[in-house]
Amino acid sequence: MNREDFTHQVLPPALFTLVLFVGWEAICRAFVVPVTILPAPSNIFDALWEFRAAILDNSWVTLWTTLVGFALATAFGLLLGIAVGWHKSVYAAVYPVLIGFNSVPKVAVVPVLILWFGLGEIPAIITAFLISFFPIVVNVATGLATTEPELEDVLRALGASKLDVMRKVGIPRSLPYFFGSLKVAITLAFVGAVVSETVGANKGIGKLMLDAQAAFQVSIVFAGLLVLAVLGIVLYAATALIEKRFTGWAFRGQNR
Amino acid sequence: MQEALVVLENVSLAYGKGASATKAIDDVTLTIRKGEFVAVVGPSGCGKSSLMKLISGLHPPLNGRLAVDGKPVTSPLKSVGMAFQSSNLLPWRSCIDNVLLPLEIVQPHRSKIRSDRDKYKAKAKGLLESVGLTGFTEQFPWQLSGGMQQRASICRALIHEPEILMLDEPFGALDAFTREELWCTLRDIQAQRKVTVMLVTHDLREAVFLADTVYVMSNRPGSILKKCDVALPRPRDLEVTYTQEFQNVVHELRALIGRKHQ
Repeated sequence: MNREDFTHQVLPPALFTLVLFVGWEAICRAFVVPVTILPAPSNIFDALWEFRAAILDNSWVTLWTTLVGFALATAFGLLLGIAVGWHKSVYAAVYPVLIGFNSVPKVAVVPVLILWFGLGEIPAIITAFLISFFPIVVNVATGLATTEPELEDVLRALGASKLDVMRKVGIPRSLPYFFGSLKVAITLAFVGAVVSETVGANKGIGKLMLDAQAAFQVSIVFAGLLVLAVLGIVLYAATALIEKRFTGWAFRGQNR
Repeated sequence: MQEALVVLENVSLAYGKGASATKAIDDVTLTIRKGEFVAVVGPSGCGKSSLMKLISGLHPPLNGRLAVDGKPVTSPLKSVGMAFQSSNLLPWRSCIDNVLLPLEIVQPHRSKIRSDRDKYKAKAKGLLESVGLTGFTEQFPWQLSGGMQQRASICRALIHEPEILMLDEPFGALDAFTREELWCTLRDIQAQRKVTVMLVTHDLREAVFLADTVYVMSNRPGSILKKCDVALPRPRDLEVTYTQEFQNVVHELRALIGRKHQ
């Protein structure tokens, strides 16, 4: 990393976050806010350190259920997106159901999943999957549907099959849409896993926060929130990095 | 007189079906010889591009007879190279990989491109150099100027040595100087390779400068108003566009197109 990258990309977010926490701490101290309402960052970090073993243990469960759900969503979303973008009739057949399905709040589905699979990691994985595949489908299908008709003519005039057009143009063209949607999907998958854990689970950050809330341990609740935020940023950054690696051509002019 | 490559007899074409169908081309009869340079001019929306789609087999005729190389056209021909007003180069492929694209589709190259990649690359490089893109082969399309992109696009249309080169207003988006430069490039390519060219254009000077035969189409539904043989001797230099003879031909064509609007 050179100096310019540091001053433009690392310093501003670090400073901003620091200011945010300092301001929060200052407000809590100045107005003597009770710990049970809003704990100051210092309280939260204390709790984070004190209960590090439990938090780490539960974070790990949330992380891997999220990732498994996200992986399923990626594979399924990609396949369904290609199918939907492939032909108008598939699009017409699937879309209303997809939208209806996406409109159902996933919290409402979790009790059913628990009924079927019992308390454990599986409902969390499935919820993460259900909530995150939709944007992938929509984006892949959009990428495929917006292939320039003239380019398709160029290839068809060479005797290219539909599959050829997909392989040579459609799919590479929809990759930026696909990777873009992964950034949205990973955060959604995370939300899905945590939501499922707060409805019913025996492990995970969501479950930990629920227990802490019941015991009036507000600092631990906030420690959980903080861990969730950090994990969310890390996961987002990881997918953004993958996106940039694979579809650098779509970011032309920004970094060149 | 060389043999006929493309034959159209009383061909019509319509988009849509039944009562709502709009006729784009009406009763067109024409013959394109092997190696001939044909230009089609006409007011916008007169079905010039439809004529191109028709001949390349991308859109079936409503009625009439359409044959290429003696065989009736029922599905997309596999020996057509196409280029359009926008270069349509794939932004994730370098210039040379864009030119190689047709070879990944058309047989027999398709099954050989992996094993003979170096040979094909050399061929593509030679082609790009012949249109003045030496040193730009590994650049990405968005690093090239509009004129360069269009040159690469024409190379892509030529790499598989098609029998017919179809150009749909390929120079429409370029500035006047670049356009004239590319006229000369196209003129040289055609003279060298004896490829049959069908050029759809709005630009009458372009049509007369490049073509052996200019067809003037009427307003929609398009039909052939006039076939005009350009008698100017080849090779033609840009200077020819300033001669009286050239101006006369352009003027005559302009009168045919202007008629319906005035």
